[in-house]
Amino acid sequence: MYPSLTAFPGDLFAEFDAMQRLLGMGAWQPSSIRAAARGAFPAVNMGTTDEAVEIYAFAPGLDPAKIEVCVEKGLLVISGVRASEAPHVSDNFHVYAKERYEGAFKRVVGLPEEVDASRIEATYRDGVLRVVVAKRESMKPRRIEVNGLEQIQHKQ
Amino acid sequence: MDMNQKGLRREANEEAQAAPLVPPVDIWEDNDGITLKADLPGVAKEGLAVGVDGETLTIEGAVSLGESAKLKDVYAEVRVARYRRTFVLGRDLDSEKIAARLKNGVLELRIPKLEAAKPRRIPVRVA
Repeated sequence: MYPSLTAFPGDLFAEFDAMQRLLGMGAWQPSSIRAAARGAFPAVNMGTTDEAVEIYAFAPGLDPAKIEVCVEKGLLVISGVRASEAPHVSDNFHVYAKERYEGAFKRVVGLPEEVDASRIEATYRDGVLRVVVAKRESMKPRRIEVNGLEQIQHKQ
Repeated sequence: MDMNQKGLRREANEEAQAAPLVPPVDIWEDNDGITLKADLPGVAKEGLAVGVDGETLTIEGAVSLGESAKLKDVYAEVRVARYRRTFVLGRDLDSEKIAARLKNGVLELRIPKLEAAKPRRIPVRVA
């Protein structure tokens, strides 16, 4: 009835894959053993700053109280359930598209070695879960004072 | 309905080389209209634009995570910070009365049918 309303979404990674092929980076390119198949829910981005490692999980439409975030042996595990919202097909409803993820989900992210798993913060805003894991003090970049020869001699 | 379109256009020009993400949707119809739900994680109310031009409905959203500028990407599955998807509305839908609601990154649109287009039972008279 509305064919344009039911068009399937494009592949988010098609372009990137095409670029990789173009550059001759094929299947032999190593990837993380825990990297999920494309289209996994929720999509995850990870970045680092000098102070922390930040993980963003694109998980819209969840109740923040029901999102499970745990750290175990250097792994961050994000899990939960996304309930179905579209009605079942019946006399009163026609369902034209059902592309949004529904059901249980679980994503595992390997954390870098330099994080302090006891200092971890999670916030949920606009459907994005942001997990900030602080880096260990000893791992933070710092400036080392360089002493001149004279200064060292003074101390003796 | 036409929120912040200028801002979105400007961003669109800056990122013109990367195609926007196509948000997944659920669409269903009942007797009074059509309901559309779209996943737009990371889009705040200010970054969302829902517009109707003739019979074309356009949903555009800009992702703003509020991350610090010092953040260096280590691994990314979401590589474009924009969503865009368009639909052609039927003539039986009332594009003047579309209601939009955005909560936790999910946009819900309710597009009512024109009164004339609602289903009616035609009584059959026995001759």
